[in-house]
Amino acid sequence: MSSLNIVLIPLLPLAVFLLLGLFGRKYLSKFAGVIATFSVAVAAFLSLSTAYSYFFITGKTEGVYQKLEVMKFTWLQFAPNISIDMGMLIDPISVMMLVVVTFVSLMVHVFSLGYMKGEARYATYYAYLGLFTFSMLGLVLSTNIFQIYMFWELVGVSSFLLIGYYFEKPSAVAASKKAFIVTRFADLGFLIGILILGFNAETLDFGTLIQRLTDPTSTYLQGSVASSFLGISSLTWGLVMVFLGGAGKSAMFPFHIWLPDAMEGPTPVSALIHAATMVVAGVYLVARLFPVFSFDVAALDVVTYVGAFSAILAAVIACTQTDIKRVLAYSTMSQIGYMMFSLGVSRYGGEHGLGYMASMFHLFTHAFFKSLLFLGAGAVIHMVHSNEMSDMGGLRKSMPITHITFLIACLAIAGVPPFAGFFSKEEILLAAFHSNKLIYVLALFTSGLTAFYMFRLYFSIFWSKETQHTTDAHHDEHDHGEGTLSMKIPLIILGICAISSGFVPIASWITSDGLPLETHIDMAFSVAPVALGLGGILLALFLYKKANPRPDTIATSMGGFYRAAHRKFYMDELYLFITKKIIIKLVGRPAAWIDKNIVDGFMNFIAAVTALFSELIKGLQSGKLQQYAAYYFAGVLCFVLLFIYLWH
Amino acid sequence: MNEIGLTHILFVSTMLFFIGVYGFLTRKNMITMLMAVELILNSVNINFIAFNKYLYGDKLDGLFFTIFIITIAAAEAAVAIAIIINLYRNLKSIDVDDADIMKF
Amino acid sequence: MNASTMVFYILSAVILGGALLSVTAKKIFRAAVFLLFSLIGIAGLYFYLNYEFIAAVQIVVYVGGIVVLIIFSIFLTHESGRDMKEPSMISNLFAVFACCFAAALTYLFIKEEHFNATPNPTLEPSARNIGTQMLDITRYGYILPFEAVSILLLAAMIGCIVIAIKLKPKE
Repeated sequence: MSSLNIVLIPLLPLAVFLLLGLFGRKYLSKFAGVIATFSVAVAAFLSLSTAYSYFFITGKTEGVYQKLEVMKFTWLQFAPNISIDMGMLIDPISVMMLVVVTFVSLMVHVFSLGYMKGEARYATYYAYLGLFTFSMLGLVLSTNIFQIYMFWELVGVSSFLLIGYYFEKPSAVAASKKAFIVTRFADLGFLIGILILGFNAETLDFGTLIQRLTDPTSTYLQGSVASSFLGISSLTWGLVMVFLGGAGKSAMFPFHIWLPDAMEGPTPVSALIHAATMVVAGVYLVARLFPVFSFDVAALDVVTYVGAFSAILAAVIACTQTDIKRVLAYSTMSQIGYMMFSLGVSRYGGEHGLGYMASMFHLFTHAFFKSLLFLGAGAVIHMVHSNEMSDMGGLRKSMPITHITFLIACLAIAGVPPFAGFFSKEEILLAAFHSNKLIYVLALFTSGLTAFYMFRLYFSIFWSKETQHTTDAHHDEHDHGEGTLSMKIPLIILGICAISSGFVPIASWITSDGLPLETHIDMAFSVAPVALGLGGILLALFLYKKANPRPDTIATSMGGFYRAAHRKFYMDELYLFITKKIIIKLVGRPAAWIDKNIVDGFMNFIAAVTALFSELIKGLQSGKLQQYAAYYFAGVLCFVLLFIYLWH
Repeated sequence: MNEIGLTHILFVSTMLFFIGVYGFLTRKNMITMLMAVELILNSVNINFIAFNKYLYGDKLDGLFFTIFIITIAAAEAAVAIAIIINLYRNLKSIDVDDADIMKF
Repeated sequence: MNASTMVFYILSAVILGGALLSVTAKKIFRAAVFLLFSLIGIAGLYFYLNYEFIAAVQIVVYVGGIVVLIIFSIFLTHESGRDMKEPSMISNLFAVFACCFAAALTYLFIKEEHFNATPNPTLEPSARNIGTQMLDITRYGYILPFEAVSILLLAAMIGCIVIAIKLKPKE
């Protein structure tokens, strides 16, 4: 595992970004996709080799996986003990994320070769993808909390650029702005958290920070626990604030409102950024600081309840949405909620660290099947030219590969054995069962809902109305068929991953303390979730297999609850109410009034006085040379008289 | 008043200076204003020579200043006349009051 | 009153009379001619003070150069025949009053001041002494101002050409 390889992994996408960003549109628009795909393929290969050598050869010292700093240099030295460094940290979770990010990115690059073909700004698209991949890799490799913050913002920028890729559409512009502002707002919390933690630990480096804040005898930890604000210790405040940033990026309640709108971006982008990689950055952040979190039960409780609530809220909303990408977006939010509360119920070390392992495991498997779902949805949208479920139906014959892979992904997310989601979800439920029964019940219910809404989606797309798109005379030149080979290959590869990634022995690699963890699938325990999942599938089959009035009947019988869920529980309206009615009216208007009338008024007054005075004296500057000479001469005489008066 | 002293010459130069100032303030024609400026410069020259002669007979510095002033006056006159001719071309007049566009 | 004094008074009269007529003459060409007299008078004053070299320079540069230049410019601007505009009453009054007042003031100073001449032996203002000191590169030499003035003259010459040049409109 040479450090050069690891340095190359993030730099390759950066090079692609610079190359395509500078010269892409003019000179390289034909080859942009190929260049970008090739470089990401190299990066993915390097990541895999890094992962192999880390997990099997160099990573372990005496049976414990170590944190290795591959590269580190001091960038800004503020004080003898505070500096901002740049570096690359290799440990189990960052290696796993390296593999996930580069692999999914590669799949998305390949898929986009077909999907984005013929776009006017094809090269720009790949440049943005390169920027995103670079910043996400930089984020996972960060050695200190400030570096992660910088890459965090870079990721936000590239997400903004990609959501607003179709900037001709007002809705895309609004969505990109919304995503940026909401996450920025949450990042403010992150920054405050960084400052609190940095102030208490007197370092920004992850290793030192964790070491100082987890040693019960250290003065740093005692100091940060002793000082409190509003009855809560400053350590808890710092961690909760950091989690706030993570919640913004990971679309946890109440910052989730940007994620569904972010689906305005191109679908492969949604697969990469808003399903597999960027949105799990919040989970990654909590996992990165997990030793510190595990010392602070209050902060972990916040993580747990926010995660669980987001999971169930998103699942309920997902059941009512009709835009397939929005269903997937809410499903993403729900699954990230799983990862979050799984971290929240976990503790440090050994068996208690099961939740940590389960969360990372779920992150790993979720990346594959969720990006597969999105890419499949992308293929469907590519063919149907619509996001609405009602425009689809009966596509299983015309798109066989998409159909099969989508089914695999749905089974995986529903937690049906032996697909990937089953294993990771099982671990999460087990962890929840052992620590918090309420969370366990909620999670179980959510997993049933997940199965239901995923299969509602599946049946609506591929079954339901049988006639459309198969027999009618709609086969004109707009009909792409199932898409090019470059669109099918990623689907197949990801489909294989969605089946097989559950068998990856994450438990022996990624644990809270670096020691391998013995896990076992308890058949008796698995019965309940699997049964619930199958029940959800059957319900969806009953309701959506064929077009029928039953869903509508149920929807009307649910009455207000259905409407509320359909309108996403009025969260957008609530935000609008808060911003428009409260902030703008009570804060913005008076501030604007003061600015307009007092601040500006003062300046205008000065300007008016000056103008008036200049009006009075401007006649002196007549342009007549001899007048000037006369003034000058008179002035000299006055001075002479003055001097005479003073000296005699 | 038998001996012609420094005071006499200074009186002459003072009068010459203020005649020049008067001319500069009252004349409207730019060329005559230039002449008034020449008178002013000459009164200064007379002063330099007179001081050199009566007070610092052991030096020549006043004389050198006179020489340089004459040189610079020649240059100034040449430039001034070039400007006047150019103005005349543009304004068809050398009245100083017509060239008043540089104002508020 | 001896001859020397007489000569001084005559020269003063020529200088001041020429100057006064020059600033009050109605016709511009006459003003130039009166200026000529005044300048010649000044040259005579230099002769009177035994500064022959300066007197010669005065005649060559002023009388032979600047006045001729002025007369040329008068011809170029077609102003020679006309009567010039009378100065307005107010500005005339102001100028007369101010100049008389200032002249009287200055004269008062001159009268009250006691000048002390240097006791050192006089240096003859001959062309040899002037040339030696002007081009001297030792401590009291004037070679640097000399060079500076020569560059100034060159710049003025180029400036005049640039200002007065008549640009043909481009085809």
